Amino acid sequence: MSLWSRHKIFETNSIILVIGVLIVISIGGLVEIVPLFYLKSTIEKVEGVRPYTPLELAGRNIYVREGCYNCHSQMVRPLRDEVERYGHYSLAAESMYDRPFQWGSKRTGPDLARLGNKYSDDWHRDHLRDPRAVVPGSIMPSYPWLEKNELDAKTIGDDMKVQAALGVPYTDEMLKKAESDLRTQANADDPNTADLAKRYPNAQSRNFDGNPQKVTEADALIAYLQMLGTQVDFKLYDNKANVR
Amino acid sequence: MAQAVAPSKGMTLGEAGSALAFAGLALLSIIIAAKAYTPEYAFHAYLFAAGSVAAVFAIVNRYYERPAQLPPQTIDGKPNYNMGPVKFATIASVIWGIAGFTIGLLIALQLAFPALNFDTSWLSFGRMRPLHTSAVIFAFGGNVLIATSFYVVQRTCRARLAGEIAPWFVVLGYNFFIVIAGTGYLLGITQGKEYAEPEWYADLWLTVVWVTYFLVFLVTVMRRKEPHIYVANWFYFAFILTIAVLHLGNNATIPVSLFSPKSYIVWSGVQDALVQWWYGHNAVGFFLTAGFLAIMYYFIPKRAERPVYSYRLSIIHFWALIFMYIWAGPHHLHYTALPDWAQTLGMVFSVMLWMPSWGGMINGLMTLSGAWDKLRTDPVLRLMVVSVAFYGMSTFEGPLMSVKAVNSLSHYTDWTIGHVHSGALGWVAYVSFGAIYCLVPWLWNKKELYSMKAVSWHFWISTLGIVLYISSMWVAGILQGLMWRAYTGLGFLEYSFIETVEAMHPFYVIRALGGALFVAGSLIMAWNVWKTISAGQEAQEASKATQPALIAAE
Repeated sequence: MSLWSRHKIFETNSIILVIGVLIVISIGGLVEIVPLFYLKSTIEKVEGVRPYTPLELAGRNIYVREGCYNCHSQMVRPLRDEVERYGHYSLAAESMYDRPFQWGSKRTGPDLARLGNKYSDDWHRDHLRDPRAVVPGSIMPSYPWLEKNELDAKTIGDDMKVQAALGVPYTDEMLKKAESDLRTQANADDPNTADLAKRYPNAQSRNFDGNPQKVTEADALIAYLQMLGTQVDFKLYDNKANVR
Repeated sequence: MAQAVAPSKGMTLGEAGSALAFAGLALLSIIIAAKAYTPEYAFHAYLFAAGSVAAVFAIVNRYYERPAQLPPQTIDGKPNYNMGPVKFATIASVIWGIAGFTIGLLIALQLAFPALNFDTSWLSFGRMRPLHTSAVIFAFGGNVLIATSFYVVQRTCRARLAGEIAPWFVVLGYNFFIVIAGTGYLLGITQGKEYAEPEWYADLWLTVVWVTYFLVFLVTVMRRKEPHIYVANWFYFAFILTIAVLHLGNNATIPVSLFSPKSYIVWSGVQDALVQWWYGHNAVGFFLTAGFLAIMYYFIPKRAERPVYSYRLSIIHFWALIFMYIWAGPHHLHYTALPDWAQTLGMVFSVMLWMPSWGGMINGLMTLSGAWDKLRTDPVLRLMVVSVAFYGMSTFEGPLMSVKAVNSLSHYTDWTIGHVHSGALGWVAYVSFGAIYCLVPWLWNKKELYSMKAVSWHFWISTLGIVLYISSMWVAGILQGLMWRAYTGLGFLEYSFIETVEAMHPFYVIRALGGALFVAGSLIMAWNVWKTISAGQEAQEASKATQPALIAAE
């Protein structure tokens, strides 16, 4: 009986074929994915990385909703030209609170991993309203509805509760004050600003879209864009810390 | 099912159970619609309610219309094939194909002329691009896979499709999923994970549909009259099973509330990235490769009237392909924060994957041994053979691009887009067109297609389109990659980012032209399919092509 004829068992028994396929396709995924939950370099905690504020999280959800990841990556690779063009290469820890991750796969527009604080809020607002008004050759779509739509802030606490259940270190206080924290961050003169910064270190509070009448989707999105890649102080970062 | 004596008419367990389940779903949907967080989600809940009510009506109506006896498994010793769901999925694939290609053309034009975003949220590129990818992969490709798998499994097993309601539930339920997914993107409902954008409730629905799909397929295979399971069915099994595993792993989310369309994935950051590309690359490997290889293994031998070239090669390349593909995901994450060892593992397996891929290509192409002359006379066979050649080309390009040094240049550029489309247009769409051109006369009992000349036109117009598409994207991608890393003599970056964007314009225009030609080809196909069904010459005997002489050469 040759080896070839032993394959008959798969060809004549559908259940054995199904089990065989399941075993064969499981191996690669298990070997590659499971270690990522244990390796130091993929679960390291880096000084400065904190969960998103309610306003930033709402902004991130708008980033996801509009499909920005289709054209913008958020992952600076450790290559000479990228580090010079965008800034320090991205660390795993910098996206540890990202659900879903938004590393992207295409750069029709530039990488955004280190976008925060590079441009003014006004620039962002104008650019979202009409990209070609500030960058003539741009092929980005205009997003004029963002500064018109009032931000749906009522349910952001529910979003944070789910994240907390998944392991994001949101405290009970953060969950309770989610909606008021969101409004505080979008208003430069809010008396609770210092309180917010205590809960979320280095959170920037101001009126991001220049319209004091209401908290818009543009407020949230710009707040998110302005914090991208700003959490880690690379003057203090020790890149040998996770090598063992 | 096979009992001959059924004294009185009664609802089967499947009819009663599914009618009740749909009634329950309708009620639940109306409650959700009333309490939904957003109007978009309420709209989807109403769609679910309307669909469920329609399903209850259809099931009950079908019960009253049908005779007391269920359709027999065999008539005069011949299998009583159930081709209704196959016909539906075949027509659906033609319609979705045109829709998906046209949206692709629109977004290609948006990149060349951004005014075409019309400053409207639901028409903007970020929402249309997932609509395009889902429409072509899941709507067009998925319907082709369901149609062909239901056809091939019946023919090669000589057994009627298992279940009466179940096959229809698979076909209609799958297309309902497409409608929910597609309208969701336009309304801004998305998970933000490439090729897995539908939100939690659409994913749950798809899970139910997919498990039913698997059971229908499995039970049909178990009822086969042939001792051996034909090679195409191995590939269909691998496709259905692996897609189920990938879907569950990559969509493990917790909804914010039953009344919210939003959910958060249980994985985060780097773990989420690898789970995503384990899913994403194997959607290519098992949806767009294994499933379509199954099509190749049935339709090419059938059309060429030659046995499959090598039975042993099919064994080796089947197991090698499904084992190695799973490892290749990390090549989407080269030089990212994913650990180096995982990237290297992904690269090594991607390069090795070249061999089983070409094993499949050789088995497909060599099946024409002794029948190469048919390429001159049969444009349908020509479509399928060229598709296998494109498969060979893109499975050579893929391993090349997975090498880290090459990837550092090609990643994030349009080279990737070109690579994907040489596989998607050249391989997946062409082998699908070939299968559709074969299936339509077989299903509607016609002697042949209405116009072979139109098939030839379709072939040449869309081939020209593909050539324009992929060559413009090669040039664009490599140019872009080189411009990003170009330095001046003084050691400064030579180009600002926007200069690299502006340099892409002519290639985006050429790409859109290629896409327009591809759309034109698909319209010719739709016309031909329509004319074949409505005005084609009837075949002489009903059971033409019932005997699939598909014994592989040893």
